[in-house]
Amino acid sequence: MSTTRSRIAIGQTTRMAVVVMAMAMFLAACGGSAASPSASLDASCAKDKLALKTAGKLTLSTDNPAYSPWFQGGNEGATVWTGDYNNDPAKGQGYEGAVAYAVAEKLGFATADVVWIHTTFDASFAPGAKDFDLFLNQVSIKAERAEAIDFSSGYYDVAQGVVTIEGSPIAGATSIAELKTAKLGAQIGTTSLDAINNVIKPDTEAAVFNTNDEAVAALNGGIIDGIVTDVPTAFYMRDAQLTGGIIVGQLPSEGGVQEQFGIVLEKDSALTACVSAVVDALKADGTLAALLTEWIADKASAPVLK
Amino acid sequence: MTAARSARKGTLVAVVSTLFVATLLAIAIGSSPSWPLVQKAFFDGTYFSTSLPDVVDAFFINIQLFVLAEILILPIGLLIALARSITNPAFAPLRIFATIYTDFFRGVPSILLIYVLGFGVPALRLPGVPKEPFFWALVTLVLIYSAYVSEVYRAGIESIHPSQERAARALGLTRFQALRFVVLPQALRRVVPPLLNDFIGLQKDTALVSILGVVEAFKQAQILKSANFNFTPLMTTALIFLVITIPMTRLVDRLAAKDRAAQQGGAR
Repeated sequence: MSTTRSRIAIGQTTRMAVVVMAMAMFLAACGGSAASPSASLDASCAKDKLALKTAGKLTLSTDNPAYSPWFQGGNEGATVWTGDYNNDPAKGQGYEGAVAYAVAEKLGFATADVVWIHTTFDASFAPGAKDFDLFLNQVSIKAERAEAIDFSSGYYDVAQGVVTIEGSPIAGATSIAELKTAKLGAQIGTTSLDAINNVIKPDTEAAVFNTNDEAVAALNGGIIDGIVTDVPTAFYMRDAQLTGGIIVGQLPSEGGVQEQFGIVLEKDSALTACVSAVVDALKADGTLAALLTEWIADKASAPVLK
Repeated sequence: MTAARSARKGTLVAVVSTLFVATLLAIAIGSSPSWPLVQKAFFDGTYFSTSLPDVVDAFFINIQLFVLAEILILPIGLLIALARSITNPAFAPLRIFATIYTDFFRGVPSILLIYVLGFGVPALRLPGVPKEPFFWALVTLVLIYSAYVSEVYRAGIESIHPSQERAARALGLTRFQALRFVVLPQALRRVVPPLLNDFIGLQKDTALVSILGVVEAFKQAQILKSANFNFTPLMTTALIFLVITIPMTRLVDRLAAKDRAAQQGGAR
């Protein structure tokens, strides 16, 4: 994480004193780090041999609210995913909703055997046992994150996009250079923030919001000039959340490495290998590509900014 | 002789009982089969040392916010307390305003106020109205904490016996002079410990600015936590806050003890 901020000048010694004191206090709490075994065993992936949270049921999970195009179909009859613009994942609609049911089907579960529960993003990687078998919430696969949880193979290739509104200084921008002077915002916990810091490298520090809804409020209030988010979400913001929204464009991937969303599983879950095999199979047989066309269609990409 | 021995014995008992409780706690926590998992997620040495410079850097936003807020809160809180203390019927509107102010801003959750002011007011897009998150966070903290602090002041003013003011008036001081030179000096000295107590709360509430997108210490920790799926950066932030607030707490204790000693006129 790049931190080239300019803050008020405060004596270096004061700073060091704080660092040293905090270090000393922490070491007492730390002790030694335990090594973790990372052996994922290769089991038969038949439905009755899977180690499930609830026998016979596949417990799927995502955060609340669940937004389009990842989840669609509204929330009629739902008790958890309520409110305008929210979607009940059990409808099986939207890209992630459809992928979830495709994975379930491939593992041998009927639609009736799929249970959805709500898990917050933070709870999905908190230590200890999880309530879910699989968690789908646009989580980008990263090696550091895989220390805390397991990832399946990637089911979506992510590109980051920039969205703004009419009248913003970057409304007519066509290059990354023109974004450098902008005040940009992103949602916390997203790789969008990494994209701002590592690809755009703006002069002013990025604003970081707890949810995309707050980023939208800040854009409307002129607190920020633009939002960086994954491209389908950028289209969703333009079409549903913003008045006079504009897609500025798509950012090139960082260092040429393709970012992917993966399904989150409990660390060292016996299911991981099976789920990864299923995702790979869905990719190979063209199912994922078909779902992409069905749910995200022409909203998966925008002109790439140079 | 006997006093010294019983003091030594007291210290020994305190040390032994503290060690005993600490050992019991360590055994209880360490015996949990999940402790290594929790330790890795919350107390990872590597994540601690990598997050520390970033979090300390971001903490200076909290310090700026806190210092500016405190400078504004002290006089504003006093003015509100004085407005509430005026008994002259002609000033009833002022007293009513001050009462409503303290009722409202002590009652409303600060997190809601910062949403309304920080996101709502800039969205009006009025010319000349600032939209800086830092500004609106400062306004929120000043509004809320001056309400708390005014009540602390008021308690201090009311704790001074009425005879003090009457004596001052009898000596020919005006009502204002009596307040300024007799009541307030005594009241303010009494309220220093509770004021510092409120300011420790204020320091922690500076994290509220993070809601508006500002990357201060807590938000920086959250960013690092989400980037790596490890909660240690939050512990780093907790420690940095403690490094600042614990010395302040001790200061409060010492001031309170000093005040008590002064009031007892040196009697032991």
